[in-house]
Amino acid sequence: MLWNTLLLALRAIRRNLMRSFLTVLGIVIGVAAVITMVTLGNGATKSVSDQISSMGSNMLIVIPGQRFGPGSEGAPSFKSADVDAVRNQITAVERVAPMVNKTVTAVYQAKNWSTVVYGTSNDYFQAGNWKLAGGRTFNETEERAGKAVCVIGETVRNKLFGRQNPVGSEIRIKQFACEVVGLLKSKGQSAMGQDQDDIVVMPLRTVQRRLTGSQDINRLTVSVKNSSSIDAAKKQLTLLMRERRKISDNEEDDFRVMDTRQIAETLTSTTKILTALLGAVAAVSLLVGGIGIMNIMLVSVTERTREIGIRLAIGALEREVLLQFLIEAVVLSSLGGMVGIALATGASIILARLMNIPYLFDLGINLLSFLFSAAIGVIFGFFPARRAAGLNPIDALRHE
Amino acid sequence: MSDETLIRLSGITKTYGSGQAAFQALKGIDLAIQSGDFVAIMGHSGSGKSTTMNILGCLDTPTSGSYRFLGAHVEQMSRNQRALLRRNYLGFIFQGFNLLSRTTALENVELPLIYRGEPVAVRHQMARSALEQVGLRDWENHTPAELSGGQQQRVAIARAIVTRPVVLLADEPTGNLDTRTSREIMELISTFNREHGITVLMVTHEPDMAAYAGRVIRFVDGRVENDSRNGEAS
Repeated sequence: MLWNTLLLALRAIRRNLMRSFLTVLGIVIGVAAVITMVTLGNGATKSVSDQISSMGSNMLIVIPGQRFGPGSEGAPSFKSADVDAVRNQITAVERVAPMVNKTVTAVYQAKNWSTVVYGTSNDYFQAGNWKLAGGRTFNETEERAGKAVCVIGETVRNKLFGRQNPVGSEIRIKQFACEVVGLLKSKGQSAMGQDQDDIVVMPLRTVQRRLTGSQDINRLTVSVKNSSSIDAAKKQLTLLMRERRKISDNEEDDFRVMDTRQIAETLTSTTKILTALLGAVAAVSLLVGGIGIMNIMLVSVTERTREIGIRLAIGALEREVLLQFLIEAVVLSSLGGMVGIALATGASIILARLMNIPYLFDLGINLLSFLFSAAIGVIFGFFPARRAAGLNPIDALRHE
Repeated sequence: MSDETLIRLSGITKTYGSGQAAFQALKGIDLAIQSGDFVAIMGHSGSGKSTTMNILGCLDTPTSGSYRFLGAHVEQMSRNQRALLRRNYLGFIFQGFNLLSRTTALENVELPLIYRGEPVAVRHQMARSALEQVGLRDWENHTPAELSGGQQQRVAIARAIVTRPVVLLADEPTGNLDTRTSREIMELISTFNREHGITVLMVTHEPDMAAYAGRVIRFVDGRVENDSRNGEAS
């Protein structure tokens, strides 16, 4: 009986190609939209957290903050003594990199490029998780003497040197020439959408002397020995800075200590919200698809009621008719679901590549949207049929 | 009960609706039909002839009374038992043909055989031979939309007789057809009655068509008014 019923169901699908197609289409679109959106959202979240970990984990960033509202005087910068104090007095600290930055135009032969110069120490490369693609970092003499040497990022290399190896060449920044001693490995975009490779790194003293003309330090990048001590380090760092900056107990900090984990959490929570939002929009399309299926099924009820009447009249059992309609609905819905999943997978892979985010297969959302659309298909394909099959055959035959 | 009595209705009533709005369509029908009969049921609309036909065809159930088919009490049967009775003993022809649309003539004729669980080869062979018997050998792959009214009714007849039923029930089989086609259809039905001994019960309001039957039962207001053998005085 099952085989016969399957045959009847497949025949019914084949002979109502248009109706079958529309039913399947509703499911396909709904399923594909939800899965694609959620998959891309997950990919974006993953990409953000990847980029954050590329910034370096176990990292604290200390910046001067503003004690009062906007418009008031900024808080004082840090000094070299602060760097030494952090390095010597906090045990959990592995490396401390001071930093000043300045936007400049770098020139090489006829090409120029506006970029940011970071004045820092070799510790920055370790703390910031940078790797070299060529050349070397600074040596001690260069750091101490404030020599005109620099390590450049991939974007700067690309804009000034093209494919050429920059190591050993000299670029001009403002009025001085600076030898390129190293090339950094590309990190790509940051979580905030900045190009992390658009960077020229020089010894701190070089920048202070030749570009900013002050002893100020804008930022401390602190790496901690292991992630479990990051909270303790943060606390100690805050206390030390309060003491050094002579902040009394009832005053607020005039600096901020951020840890990368915290930044990561903030940013991933943002993309998670976006994913949920996109998912919600896509869920609406799944719902619309479901309503489409409902419509098609309900519109065809009249015709199908007569069909059921005919089948009952020539001796079909009620359960045979129901099983046929159930199989029909299940076959159509799962077909739609599978095509939807295939389409979503294809679209997600392509879009993920275009958007430069990883493709992550999410089993949960695939199953959920599949089951949801299948349920719609089955409910609206099957329940009108159940009502019709419960009629007296003669009433079903007369159905207008 | 004699062996000849295929169908016996006693005191069949049928009431539609309830309370004030209740309408009694059948007010006590007693009827015996012998195997091999060709019976025409006549009457005006509302006379109860179609209701009787539906009850005879197990498509509808009586409100009260007893219906025995080959001695079995149909009024006590479940829906499934009645479906099996239709499947194994009855064939239907309707005024509106009631073929499955977008389905070839062959597939339409095969339908009752599928429910009977006949194997594919047997099914094809039986359906083809039934189509041949109604003169549609070359039309098996046409859908109802591609067939004329007469041809559609022939497909319906093929579907009804393909299972070699005991009774063929025809509800105004010529109601939608012109006179010439009607005659052809009636000839066909008569042939199955004569040559294969299929008992035919036919509802019609056209005396011309009733003339093919051996027995004419006239309904008026939910009762049998007249029951006569053709050729006898009515």
